[in-house]
Amino acid sequence: MRGMLIALSLLAALGAPIPLTAQTADADRYAYSELPDPAQEAKAHDLMEELRCLVCQGQSIVDSDADMAADMRALVRERIANGEAPEAVRDWLIERYGDYVTYDPPLGWATAPLWFAPFLLLGAGVWLATRSFRRRRR
Amino acid sequence: MRHWLLWAPLLVFAGIVALVAMEMHQPSDRTVFSHMVGRDLPRFDLAPLLDDKPGINAALYRRGKPRLVNIFASWCVPCAAEAPQLADLAARGVPIDAVAVRDTPGDVRTFLNRWGDPYARLGSDPKGRVQLALGSSGVPETFVIDGQGKIVEQHVGPIREEDIPGILKALEDAR
Amino acid sequence: MIAEAGLAILWLAASLALLQCALAITGIRFNRDDIMAAVRPVAVVQGVLTLFAMAALIALFARSDMSVLLVAENSHSMKPLLYKIAGAWGNHEGSMLLWVTILGISGAAIAIFEWRLDRRTVIATLGAQGLIALGFFAFLLLSSNPFARIWPPPADGRGLNPLLQDPGLAFHPPTLYFGYVGLSVAFSFAVGALVTREVGPAFARAMRPWILGAWLFLTLGITAGSYWAYYELGWGGWWFWDPVENASLMPWLAATALLHSVNVLATRDGLRAWTIMLAVVAFSMSMIGTFLVRSGILTSVHSFAVDPARGSFLLVLLAIYIGGALALFAARIGTVRQGNTFDPVSREAGLVLNNLLLSVILGIVLIGTLYPLVAQAMGVQLSVGKPFFDKTVGPVALLLMIALAAGPMLRWRRDDARLLMRRMALPAGAALATLTALLFLTAGAGALPLTGLALAAGLALASVAPLWGRNLRRMPLFTWGMVIAHLGVAVAVTGMASEAAFTRERLVALRLGQSVDVGPYRVAFTGVKPQVGKNWSAIGGVLTARRGGGTAVLNPQRRYFSDPVTTTNESAILTAFDGQLYTVLGERNADGRWQLRLWWKPLVTLIWLGGGMIALGGLLSLIGRVTREWRTERRRRRVAAGMI
Repeated sequence: MRGMLIALSLLAALGAPIPLTAQTADADRYAYSELPDPAQEAKAHDLMEELRCLVCQGQSIVDSDADMAADMRALVRERIANGEAPEAVRDWLIERYGDYVTYDPPLGWATAPLWFAPFLLLGAGVWLATRSFRRRRR
Repeated sequence: MRHWLLWAPLLVFAGIVALVAMEMHQPSDRTVFSHMVGRDLPRFDLAPLLDDKPGINAALYRRGKPRLVNIFASWCVPCAAEAPQLADLAARGVPIDAVAVRDTPGDVRTFLNRWGDPYARLGSDPKGRVQLALGSSGVPETFVIDGQGKIVEQHVGPIREEDIPGILKALEDAR
Repeated sequence: MIAEAGLAILWLAASLALLQCALAITGIRFNRDDIMAAVRPVAVVQGVLTLFAMAALIALFARSDMSVLLVAENSHSMKPLLYKIAGAWGNHEGSMLLWVTILGISGAAIAIFEWRLDRRTVIATLGAQGLIALGFFAFLLLSSNPFARIWPPPADGRGLNPLLQDPGLAFHPPTLYFGYVGLSVAFSFAVGALVTREVGPAFARAMRPWILGAWLFLTLGITAGSYWAYYELGWGGWWFWDPVENASLMPWLAATALLHSVNVLATRDGLRAWTIMLAVVAFSMSMIGTFLVRSGILTSVHSFAVDPARGSFLLVLLAIYIGGALALFAARIGTVRQGNTFDPVSREAGLVLNNLLLSVILGIVLIGTLYPLVAQAMGVQLSVGKPFFDKTVGPVALLLMIALAAGPMLRWRRDDARLLMRRMALPAGAALATLTALLFLTAGAGALPLTGLALAAGLALASVAPLWGRNLRRMPLFTWGMVIAHLGVAVAVTGMASEAAFTRERLVALRLGQSVDVGPYRVAFTGVKPQVGKNWSAIGGVLTARRGGGTAVLNPQRRYFSDPVTTTNESAILTAFDGQLYTVLGERNADGRWQLRLWWKPLVTLIWLGGGMIALGGLLSLIGRVTREWRTERRRRRVAAGMI
């Protein structure tokens, strides 16, 4: 991530000067500061934690320094402040970016093996154990 | 323990090796494409950023003629790299509208003076809202919109010379 | 000169590894004692030579010999000496050389010290070691020569990455390598035992110290790595379920299961197949982990030198070693004599349950880490992260905690379920009481962390139960080790669960003089001051944290490095007895306010304290086992010499 940031900042430095402070004022109000209502902020935080930053190397948007992650945070907070349910915001993003955008892959045909794997593993373990006990008891 | 079961670990391991070997041999495309392609353009209305260029809104794309929406920013280096190709497309009569992400009038003006101005219209997207609504995951990206307001194609990254025929074809098909 | 000598020594060591392997194979194949006798000295010389090669590389880095490509790329004449030396293994080639060095020394150690185990098994083990070493020598010499020259030599060198100038990072990789090599030794023993079919207590006792040592280093490595990521990344998190982290967790899980398994084999002659299998799996996981990290086929937040070409080399090695061992396992384990049996309610059964649950967690982590690749092969892009692992690994880990509490209370061979219930009554009561209290006192915390806290309370009680009614002075050191390690798990889980359940985060923009409440602290933003370091300049925030009567000053910084141009966040952490205040300074807004990110993380330090306790337990066990073996060996020799 850092490497990428370095690269990006270098690239940016080569081009036109970056207006870093020019519009951070109110545009990013919710990108870098919390919602006034702690309950809403908690909801937003939980959602942001599971959303993947689209331009980073595997980070949630809550941790990322990227501008796009900041935009996504602002979007999430604003929508939740407007009374939208976190699930709705999540679905809205999945509608646009697919399952890639969430670290909590929704259950579907492509993710069924992933979600059932733990049960299968547990089942296989129990089966293996009971088999060996039964044989030993004989 | 049954005999075949003992070979299961080896089988699982072979599967893993095959999987990663495949990935090593032919790395899959990591580009995050928009899932909005093939669907209607979401409603939006972007204010102009420059005095001499009108902003853009979704209604514009229902007027029967396909247009390009170019997501760009003055702070993005690859955006400058695709400028000649955009100029080429504009010269062929393709209407190109810009969504300027997190940008300022002064910077955009400098950028256009320096790299050329292929844009029919230019809307300001200070918080990246339209970018997110379109499912775009970076700059530059270009969307082909048919005359009925449907997104028909997305091009991720700078448009290179060899990409132009494809985009022209998409525009043609959208007609 | 040093570089050329180093390269020559490396070639020599590689040919000795080949010789070691060939001698072992022919010796065992034709049952020739004279050939087998030559294997040990070859292993010793090979180990010494690799040590020389590593010393040569360190010398090159210490003198900043910029005519060596590796030094020029990864060091800088301005670096402090400690980081120059650490630079020797802070890169791909150097780390591979360190790997074979530790491997060579381990082989030498086995050759010198291992005399109790069946002779053929030792020789087969050394042969397997030689084969592993050979692969890595080939890797080094053919595709990543650490001693290559560059002309003309640059003046200063390019490697001044500020992020890598950290004592934690200087010692983090070697720690993990010690762990991985220890697992490779266990793997070699397993292969050796499969070759001679001598899977028994003597074999288990021979490999046990290596497993303990490997496990100890892995525990330390993960604990330290986690703390490093916590304070260095500045995101307040201590574990991100990132592929690189998972890659280090998987061998640890396998090693933990192996450690418990090998104890059963050593003392009760049970779990033969389990032990062999886990030894193979543990080493496979360390190799697969290294491969995943280096090949760059998974994206990670932790920056790592990624090189696909070398990745394929590693993959080929991995396929040969692991595939070969697994095939050997499948073909041979059926012919290995069955070990002792035991009842479904017994210490052994408890340990089987422990192995199973650890393996299930390992399986989940492996599948979760690789699944994005599987999905990509199906044409779907998806991400698997923290929410998935929390939901799946979490509950299994809780089950594991119950097994961990019950295990040491069980008797070997056969026990009574009702008696176990009675023994478990007190810990279970403590867990229930904790859960009830938490449910009344706290609102809104998740079920997983609350259950974790409750079980941790029960586990803490259960883990000291083995001390009950025993003469503490006469209790063996390895029993102390077990108690402390298990208690460490309870401590670490308390920290993790408390951090997950009760962390308070504030994200605010403050003007000078304003303050904000976070947890028990009121933090005032009292100033900003520029600061200058050796190769950086920084803007530092001055935060005054007030709690009760006491105040403390924190100084989080945004550092700007010039070469290469980088901005980093230096978090400032205030450690109190009951948690940490974690502060990060952000950008300055247009209106003059500064962005601040503050966390109160109650009991978070217990995570690493617990990790330390687990490692300490491992160390005590290691010392206890080694000294006891040494004493019995001395007694045996005296008896043999007719002194008693």
